[in-house]
Amino acid sequence: MTRKTRKITPGTESRIAQVLLITLALAFLAFFLMLPLIAVFSEALKQGIGPFLDAVANPDAFSAIRLTLIIAAISVPLNMVFGLAASWAITKFSFPGKNLLLTLIDLPFSVSPVVSGLIFVLLFGAQGLLGPWLSAHGVKIIFAVPGIILATVFITFPFVARELIPLMMEQGKEDEEAAVSLGANGWQTFWHVTLPNIRWGLLYGVLLCNARAMGEFGAVSVVSGHIRGETNTMPLHVEILYNEYDFVGAFAVASLLAALALVTLVLKTVLEWRFDLHSGARH
Amino acid sequence: MIRVENITKRFGNYPALHGIDLEIQPGEFIALLGPSGSGKTTLLRIIAGLEFQDEGHVHFNGEDVSDIPVGKRNVGFVFQQYALFRHMTVADNIAFGLTVRKARNRPPKAEIKARAQELLRVVQLEGLGDRYPGQLSGGQRQRVALARALAIEPSLLLLDEPFGALDAKVRKDLRRWLRDLHKQMGLTSIFVTHDQEEALELADRVVVMDHGRIDQIGTPEQVYMEPATAFVSHFVGETNRLPDGRHIRPHDIEIVAEGRDRVIVDNVFRKGGSWRVEGRLHETGTIVEIDVDSHDTPPAVGETVAIAAKRARIFSTAEER
Repeated sequence: MTRKTRKITPGTESRIAQVLLITLALAFLAFFLMLPLIAVFSEALKQGIGPFLDAVANPDAFSAIRLTLIIAAISVPLNMVFGLAASWAITKFSFPGKNLLLTLIDLPFSVSPVVSGLIFVLLFGAQGLLGPWLSAHGVKIIFAVPGIILATVFITFPFVARELIPLMMEQGKEDEEAAVSLGANGWQTFWHVTLPNIRWGLLYGVLLCNARAMGEFGAVSVVSGHIRGETNTMPLHVEILYNEYDFVGAFAVASLLAALALVTLVLKTVLEWRFDLHSGARH
Repeated sequence: MIRVENITKRFGNYPALHGIDLEIQPGEFIALLGPSGSGKTTLLRIIAGLEFQDEGHVHFNGEDVSDIPVGKRNVGFVFQQYALFRHMTVADNIAFGLTVRKARNRPPKAEIKARAQELLRVVQLEGLGDRYPGQLSGGQRQRVALARALAIEPSLLLLDEPFGALDAKVRKDLRRWLRDLHKQMGLTSIFVTHDQEEALELADRVVVMDHGRIDQIGTPEQVYMEPATAFVSHFVGETNRLPDGRHIRPHDIEIVAEGRDRVIVDNVFRKGGSWRVEGRLHETGTIVEIDVDSHDTPPAVGETVAIAAKRARIFSTAEER
């Protein structure tokens, strides 16, 4: 009998550790993630739904939302194409400078966003390298929408490529070789073979890329110039409202960003589930 | 006729093939046999046009195809891991080579469908056209890969380790089936293998490769009975290599009453239709394997017996690699 209980006990120590760890993790999550999230929504709705809707429908807020959507609509497709091209090149071909390219893809992750923004100011700003030439030709990049798009594209470049490179490496190039040996051209091979193989990974990368494109603050803040109704994106608008003690307004716009994050998380979970299902079926 | 002329290939600093020459007659079934790193797969891929040689030429029926990519060489290639398109049904996989053709060369839809069905029949997978590759067994996938390669009516069929990923029983069945299929269709075929048994059983001629060179080209009979080099002798079939340079097959050794070479018996076991006696040469300790007819009584473990070679080939010991 004693023997039997002893046989069970070894589990109890690790069970205590298990419970402790889970509690710790959950408490941490609740305090650092859930609480702020709840705070955002409760602050936004503190004075009821009316002021919340007013704040969102405010012309400046509206234009910030519009600009954010435009920025995402331009930079996400661009990075989808760039990311695909880079991943394809890195995984299917061997060429000199491949490792350098692989390192460069990570650059936006390793550099502070503020520095990224400054790079563009140094390049295209009035005192910048190309500034005089640009202003002579009437092209405005810094403190205008093109600058924000450039900064956003730069910041969000790694998301798609980082998602696809490991996936495509794992899949190798036999499928493509098979398609080509059967007479398919490059486009047919991509469309009928490569794309179906990577579609879930690609979608996942695009989703993360989009979330960041809409939420980016640092780099965009440097190049935007904070012109209300013109070059303010949602994150910048939140800051401005907050600094002006318009808490309901700030939290209302912030809650939209938070909602976007939640939607992204849900979609990501669904995709991961499908992704597992898909890759599970392969073996 | 396929003619490969002085093919040389390097991967960075690694020399994969040195000056390969090879001629293949129409309808022949050729095995490229060698250990890993011998260059056999590289040669197959160069013949296919999936890889390009640094030097040399490939001719198909007198036409120089050296710079023509795989898609225009009209070859069927079966990949080691099959490389089936997993999101397409089996029938769509088989039809792929026809559906990607340019509109003017593409058969009508109904004809493509009929062709896929016909090929499913040829590879004995009737009724499985609507399945996905993930729902098939290894042997079935292999046959789908073959049907897909045959669908484009290739003038040459290339198979990279076609049975490598299958278990022993399926492997044997599929081997027999492939040999019959080749007999029926008479399609010139080349397959790569590291399994000498497979090469000897299937091929009309075997090309034995080592370190990026061809050691011997010959019928299975020639390669087994008259190995050209020490490497061929011990890679194809089992061989005892004695210190004096003699290579003797286990079934070519006799146990005799009196003899110069004496062996201490370490182990005796039944191997298929005969006894296998393992021992060491008395003088040098070289390991020797001897086949004894199953009707005879094998020597006992620990006994010392004299042996004689019924047949041996001599290679200079310097040639040993």
